[in-house]
Amino acid sequence: MLAYVAKRVLYMIPTLFGMSLIAFMIIQLPPGDYLTSLLSTMADGGQNLDEATIARLRAQYGLDQPVYVQYFVWISGILTRGDFGYSFEWNQPVSTLIWDRMGSTLLISLASLLLVWAISLPIGIYSAVRRHSFGDHAFTLLGFIGLAVPNFIMALTLMYASYRFLGQSVGGIFSPAFVDAPWSLAKLTDMLSHMWIPVIVIAMSGTAAMIRILRANLSDELSKPYVITARAKGLPEHKVILKYPVRIALNPFVSSIGWVLPDLVSGVTITAIVLNLPTAGPLLLRALVGQDMYLAGSFILLMGVLTLVGMLISDILLAVLDPRIRFN
Amino acid sequence: MMKPETLLSVRNLSIDFHLRTHVLHAVRDVTFDLKHGKTMALVGESGSGKSVTARALMRIIDKPGRMTGGQILLDGPDGPVDVAQFKEGSREVLGIRGGRIGLIFQEPMSSLSPVHTIGSQIVEAVRLHKRVSKKEARVRCIELLRQVEIPQPELMADRYTFEFSGGMRQRAMIAMALACDPEVLIADEPTTALDVTTQAEILDLIKRLQDERGMAMLLITHDMGIVAEVADEVAVMRFGKIVEQGPVDDIFHASRHPYTRQLLDATVKLESGAAGRALPASLAPTVAPVLSIRNLTKIYGAPSRVFSRGSGRGLVAVDDANLDLFPGENLGIVGESGSGKTTLGRMILRIVEPTSGTVTYRADEAAPPVDVTALGKADLRRYHQDVRLIFQDPFASLNPRMTVKQIIGEPLVISKGMSGKAVEERVAELLGKVGLDPLAMERYPHAFSGGQRQRIGIARALALNPKVIVADEATSALDVSIRSQILDLLLDVQKQLHLSFVFISHDISVVRYFCDRVAVMHKGKIVEVGDAETICTNPSQPYTKRLISSVPNPDPRNKRMLHRLRADQV
Repeated sequence: MLAYVAKRVLYMIPTLFGMSLIAFMIIQLPPGDYLTSLLSTMADGGQNLDEATIARLRAQYGLDQPVYVQYFVWISGILTRGDFGYSFEWNQPVSTLIWDRMGSTLLISLASLLLVWAISLPIGIYSAVRRHSFGDHAFTLLGFIGLAVPNFIMALTLMYASYRFLGQSVGGIFSPAFVDAPWSLAKLTDMLSHMWIPVIVIAMSGTAAMIRILRANLSDELSKPYVITARAKGLPEHKVILKYPVRIALNPFVSSIGWVLPDLVSGVTITAIVLNLPTAGPLLLRALVGQDMYLAGSFILLMGVLTLVGMLISDILLAVLDPRIRFN
Repeated sequence: MMKPETLLSVRNLSIDFHLRTHVLHAVRDVTFDLKHGKTMALVGESGSGKSVTARALMRIIDKPGRMTGGQILLDGPDGPVDVAQFKEGSREVLGIRGGRIGLIFQEPMSSLSPVHTIGSQIVEAVRLHKRVSKKEARVRCIELLRQVEIPQPELMADRYTFEFSGGMRQRAMIAMALACDPEVLIADEPTTALDVTTQAEILDLIKRLQDERGMAMLLITHDMGIVAEVADEVAVMRFGKIVEQGPVDDIFHASRHPYTRQLLDATVKLESGAAGRALPASLAPTVAPVLSIRNLTKIYGAPSRVFSRGSGRGLVAVDDANLDLFPGENLGIVGESGSGKTTLGRMILRIVEPTSGTVTYRADEAAPPVDVTALGKADLRRYHQDVRLIFQDPFASLNPRMTVKQIIGEPLVISKGMSGKAVEERVAELLGKVGLDPLAMERYPHAFSGGQRQRIGIARALALNPKVIVADEATSALDVSIRSQILDLLLDVQKQLHLSFVFISHDISVVRYFCDRVAVMHKGKIVEVGDAETICTNPSQPYTKRLISSVPNPDPRNKRMLHRLRADQV
């Protein structure tokens, strides 16, 4: 088991290296750099900088160096000092900007993941065991609606409902009064009252997908001979189902940890913008549009790292859950 | 009324399956008795309703099925109780399941949970019916594993099923079924998935445990040989009905129902060589072989990976095999699972690359010999037109989303570039050759039975006019009556097309019926080659003797397995 984990961690190193290269290449891909996009914005506003200032700025940001030197400076800063570079647009070190956003991203992701599990596990089991029953059809219908409704529409609807009927302030994860306040019980309740909309919206399509996966997997497992063996022992039906086939059909649940993080960042950016969530998606979008290269690159890199860590966790959990994986 | 020696009495049991379009009467008016210490065999072909009947005794009936009538009287201290009257999940039924009736069944691979240890599954069974602590249950579990002759039971209890061989898994399954000393044991095809030698050991074990405990046994099988070896009484089932029932000797020697006789004939027929099959003239030493295998070796898992946990040597699947296949000959390769016979067959086609050795192919007398192991991609494709494969599983080897025409026509389109009308005509011709209606070509595989699907597989193999066909367990998945039909079809096709067969099988009787010569494989080595009759009646190698003597004999007056040679005797 330890060897397995060590092996997985070792495999991560070359993957991380490759990812950092790709992240850097992506932010170099669009023509021009931060200065050109800054200049064009300023030119739109009627301002002009003289050549000398531009050259000075370019040298200051290191943009006059060849690409590989820029990469090397960036990556060595990250590895040796934890310095992710400087955001041109925000005039702040990237690291301070990122940690804030990453924290809230992780929080919302985890909350949504837990909600996905909490809803889809019982419904999935019910749907598989009572296949083609009225309840199964009802959940299937709801599930497909959940899959089909675009997240941002759902977000808008919930925001409207929450504002109109519950009189809550919506958007963000804190009320304006609490954004800069120190942590307290009041702030926590405030956060919870804001969190439910994004968490429900984000979890919705995931839940629907997970119910379908669990239903399909469990339906396959239910007809396996070992289920009959368990029944033939004299085990009561609910124990038969929970102890044997569900245990084996659980694998995709655990694997979902691996893909839920990248999905959250890339998939729900629009929702996050609509809901004004301080998560990574909207910031990444802005950084990419503004060619704020170090910020964008660091985000892409960190997302990659999170994905890898998620995969690692899910693989370790899978190995714990399923001895067949552990022994191969 | 129940006679005193009767333990379980089934009266007029009927089970219906309510399907979407119609009601299937899976079990109709079935009546039989199980007696203390006696074995009742329920025989029939797949789909005859025997498993459904057996499981109904424990009130386990799959989803759309419902018991529509009948009694299941189980004798108890307070007189007989009718199991059929209880509710399906009731405490009474749960107490009977595992407590008074134990069940073992076919797939030792999948009938135990892969994610729980063997020990925990047995301990669970013990604790369901006996009020004992975990510790006591574990002691009992180890004792059970010892009874079923699993070596080092303390250690094995903590292992998972996939660390066990097929025979060991079936032993563990038996231990679990016997955990609470049931009075009735239902054995549903308990040895179908096992090798003959393992089958003989497991049947021995079941028989011994039955005698020790005086259990009544309901044995479900399609193999008349096993019935003859083990059963006291026999009931023959067909289409959900028992067509004939009686003591084993009567069934075998004085059967009245034509279906029983048909089953027996199909079995007995395979006990001898095919009638009128003379050895082909080509076996004369002057004729050059079509295929020559020299020093063929396959080693799996050579040590190279950085993190591989396995120790260095790798697994020798085939060890220095030498064989010749002559034109028009049927060469059988027999052996137990893991003996390397399938790997050998695949290396002939180079689906598996040999580690060393050569395969030489000669299209006809005049053609120069070709070294198959050195062929490039294009030449190998040409070779694959001449040498083709028939698979074991008629269900998995046909793509369910292709029509029969597409399946059979595919090699014609790929290799010959045929199209449209030409393909259609050829497919029709091939279907006629394998005894199927050419009109069937627009249908999908699911519309056909197992035997018909295997015919489609054969038609596909014949499509390119091959010279050699490698048939890997081509009849293993089929019922016995269909098995002999397919074998006769292959013999017929061979006569017309002058084919040579490499026929890989674990079933000695099939090989004896079909083959001219037989090679016996054991642990990757070819231990004996000879003509089929000699190998099957008078083998010279000790391993072959053991193998042959483990084959059940379909005659209750002449039980072969009791006198078989065991591993420690040879």
